Amino acid sequence: MDAQRLDSILTRYDCDPWDLIPVLQDIQDSYSYLPKDELQEVSSRLNVPLTQIFSVATFFKMFSLVPKGRHQVKVCLGTTCHLRGGARLVESLSNKLGIEPGYTTKDMQFSLETVGCLGSCAQAPVMMVDDKYFGRSSVDKVPKILKLYK
Amino acid sequence: MVWKITDEIFDTMAGEVRLTINGFSAQAPQDQSLLVTLRQQGIDIPTLCHHSDLPSEGQCRLCVVEIGEWPRTRIVNSCTYPTEGGLVVQTHSERVLQARAMVLELLLARCPNAKVIKDLAADHGVHESRFKTDDPEELCILCGLCVRACRDIVGVSAISMKGRSPDKQVATPFLEQSAACIGCGSCAFICPTNVIPYTEKDGIRTIWGRNFELQPCAKCGNYIAPKAQLEHWAKLTGDPVESFYTCRDCR
Amino acid sequence: MPRFESVDHLREYRRQLMARLDPKQPQVLVCAGPGCLPMGSDEVAAAFREELQKNGLEGKVALKECGCQGLCARAVKVLLRPQEIAYQHVTPEDVPEIVEATLKNGQVVERLVYEDPETHNRLACKADIPFYKGQQPVVLRKLDIIDPESLDDYLALGGYRGLRKVLGEMSPDDVIDAVTKSGLRGRGGGGFPTGRKWRICADELEEVKFIICNGDEGDPGAFMDRAVMEGDPHAILEGMIIGGYAIGASKGYIYVRHEYPLAVKRLARAIDQAREVGFLGPNIFRSGFGFDIKISRGAGAFVCGEETALIASMGGFIGEPSPRPPYPAQHGLFGQPTIINNVETWANIPEIINMGADWFAGIGTEKSKGTKVFSLVGAVNQTGLVEVPMGTSLKHIIYDLGGGLRPGREFKAVQTGGPSGGCIPSQFLDLPVDYDSLQSVGSIMGSGGMIVMDDTSCMVDVARYFISFLYEESCGKCTPCREGLKHLLFFLDEIIAGRGEMAHLDLMEELCATMASASICGLGQSAVNPVRSTIKYFREEYEAHIRDKKCHALVCRPLLKYTIDPETCTGCLACVRECPVGAISGLKKEAQELDQELCVKCGLCYEACQFDAVKVE
Repeated sequence: MDAQRLDSILTRYDCDPWDLIPVLQDIQDSYSYLPKDELQEVSSRLNVPLTQIFSVATFFKMFSLVPKGRHQVKVCLGTTCHLRGGARLVESLSNKLGIEPGYTTKDMQFSLETVGCLGSCAQAPVMMVDDKYFGRSSVDKVPKILKLYK
Repeated sequence: MVWKITDEIFDTMAGEVRLTINGFSAQAPQDQSLLVTLRQQGIDIPTLCHHSDLPSEGQCRLCVVEIGEWPRTRIVNSCTYPTEGGLVVQTHSERVLQARAMVLELLLARCPNAKVIKDLAADHGVHESRFKTDDPEELCILCGLCVRACRDIVGVSAISMKGRSPDKQVATPFLEQSAACIGCGSCAFICPTNVIPYTEKDGIRTIWGRNFELQPCAKCGNYIAPKAQLEHWAKLTGDPVESFYTCRDCR
Repeated sequence: MPRFESVDHLREYRRQLMARLDPKQPQVLVCAGPGCLPMGSDEVAAAFREELQKNGLEGKVALKECGCQGLCARAVKVLLRPQEIAYQHVTPEDVPEIVEATLKNGQVVERLVYEDPETHNRLACKADIPFYKGQQPVVLRKLDIIDPESLDDYLALGGYRGLRKVLGEMSPDDVIDAVTKSGLRGRGGGGFPTGRKWRICADELEEVKFIICNGDEGDPGAFMDRAVMEGDPHAILEGMIIGGYAIGASKGYIYVRHEYPLAVKRLARAIDQAREVGFLGPNIFRSGFGFDIKISRGAGAFVCGEETALIASMGGFIGEPSPRPPYPAQHGLFGQPTIINNVETWANIPEIINMGADWFAGIGTEKSKGTKVFSLVGAVNQTGLVEVPMGTSLKHIIYDLGGGLRPGREFKAVQTGGPSGGCIPSQFLDLPVDYDSLQSVGSIMGSGGMIVMDDTSCMVDVARYFISFLYEESCGKCTPCREGLKHLLFFLDEIIAGRGEMAHLDLMEELCATMASASICGLGQSAVNPVRSTIKYFREEYEAHIRDKKCHALVCRPLLKYTIDPETCTGCLACVRECPVGAISGLKKEAQELDQELCVKCGLCYEACQFDAVKVE
């Protein structure tokens, strides 16, 4: 457990039980996943049962109990993106990276996931790598986009 | 609005209200759920996720009733709906029976070998399901009674719900042995479909993948409960744990 | 900026601010809204910054990155004021020409302005463009005028005048009366009369109450709340503070969806600004009323758009809804009376106070007052956020504002209200868009999503898409929704795979009846709409899939057949590289062959082919 890193997160809060989700969000953002040891510490510091933390960690899509890759590739499967070929985009990325959505490449470089709607429907189909949006994406643009991050 | 407000409503005992149930006028205490009121009136309302010692969650949808007057009626679960003055309730209308039958048909598809589901379904005219079964051995209906009992009655919260719809399941944290579990078996006891396995052999109770040493009575030698459970009671009451080493019969 | 200790202080500050402003000052507004941001609006803005500096214009021309300007398909957009010249498809390379020609010499760069698809006339002025002409912006009004990070800009347009009026002249009851009289209904989808909700909460005798802004915009295809949170954050704050005063709350929360980090940033900045000048704090304008706002981030769950699930997650629990009653207005966050309203609802409040309830009630229809923001996307020529009076017809929105369908395509359906909405066919194009009319044809207003579909959409696929989405997002607590969605999805998949039976349609209808009546929350209850509406209005498509095993829209893969035309194939091997199962083979520079046995019908070869040699039927 990275006690120092966790402490720097917990000091931002009063550590009331209802701070649970913001605390977990900060841990997810900082560590790129939720390590078990850290969660056990959060349980005692916030006085929240570990079972509740486990429920929350498995209920909300942003949380991961396993480490994610260095780059998060997110493909929007909102309605417009779906109608404009979003599924093919996912498949193409899946083929190129060699992983299914929800997984991370062996070299821990890329994680692939599909998301509900990124709110940029006019540029469908949309994908994101980390914080950068790629609007009007298409299957033939995929190799170029991935190259930027390799 | 679903109620008729008239002076009649208030012409009752203090704390009681008048409502219409299946066409008949009835009087009932205000601060209880509609389910309790209906059962007090002798009406049979099926439930699966309800327990009198636990706050209701409205999960199973079997206790649904139809409130209001046509065409503005609503289907609501009676276990959380309050007993309101002026309420018009139908407990076995066509819509209600259809809803209950469909819920049971869905549960029957999910757990075709759960006796309590089969029986309840048969009571509602459902003898087989038109929906597919994923796992014929499945017995859990995700009613959440085990989770709630462990959290609210026992107070240790050793199990909880994992995930959402597609693969929701009752689980221990990280699917490993739950450190908080005291082996009391309340979850298994309260489960309507008997899905939680626990075994006892040679003074060891095994539940949720953990072995618990059972404490024998200091007087008669019969097993009382897991040591861990007695230690939990000792912590709660502040009494020494040895004071729990006598079984109820020997006290 | 000073701290505003009284309403008079604010009035005076604004007077001085307005005196300083030059309405003739040239302004360059680069749209940085949800449509333009992914297309490089920040690079366009940077190019302007550089170019203005190079030409010595930085002090004279104001450059702003503003909120959504609509017409999102024409990103990146730049609006020049005061002439209101609207440039489209602007790239950083175009910027020097714009600065030289328009800013320095007052000439329009023709190739960058809107071109009417029929007359081919070039329309440089925003007010002439049909997309904008038919709108009545109230909530969106400030988006292409202000810099969302500038409090002065907000004040200059009348910002916080509503709060001034409320704390200076009105009682909490006056505020509730005004909101009730306006006829405002919840814009998040429920459509519940806002004033009535506030009255119920105000009447609760509890000391501690809360205000929540529901910014968990989860409907795919909807981004109006995002545009307002990013483009006009203070409007939301002002609305919430007024609401807090009305019901007697001193704390507010804005629950922002996890996928909107920029919205979180803008709102946080606005909150800081408001605190600095005294719009938030213990004693606003020395009125005795205190209010503060915190941001709460969603964690990725569509179901948390439902009030009770949202409240549960704010308490640190999973987002499982609870049966109602009790309603949040009586028993909400931490068990206290709570008002939850949607972003757009809150953004309407300042205007209702400023312009008066009668003004608002004068817009719209008898039962649906005011305007509504719709996110018009899909198969139309002009996409983007539009704001029109309630009661405007679908036809006007889709054809006059949206410019009709893309060339060569026919209108098939418009889906309103997000995944819980229904698909509306062409026979209802004259339908006035309001809460009750949409419900009467089997759809809902929802948050305002309006997805236009043409003949390239398969309605069975559309239904399957929404059910699949809802199934993944369902919390799983109650049987009708969890199990019901699972089976609806199964039947739809069977139909798409060519294994459907007519009996499936009847069974789905029966299942829908129970889901609609017995699910705990709106997710399960409204999940039936996509299925019911498509079976009702597009039954022939279902029958074609079931009886003929054909998908005429060429969407449902299992029913498609891909072939390579040997006449047109050049042997470039682009398709071979894309094929995930190696079903295509052949020598380089010679016609390729597609093995039907191996083909998984993914269509990647069809996408990859530059020569139209891959055929599908």
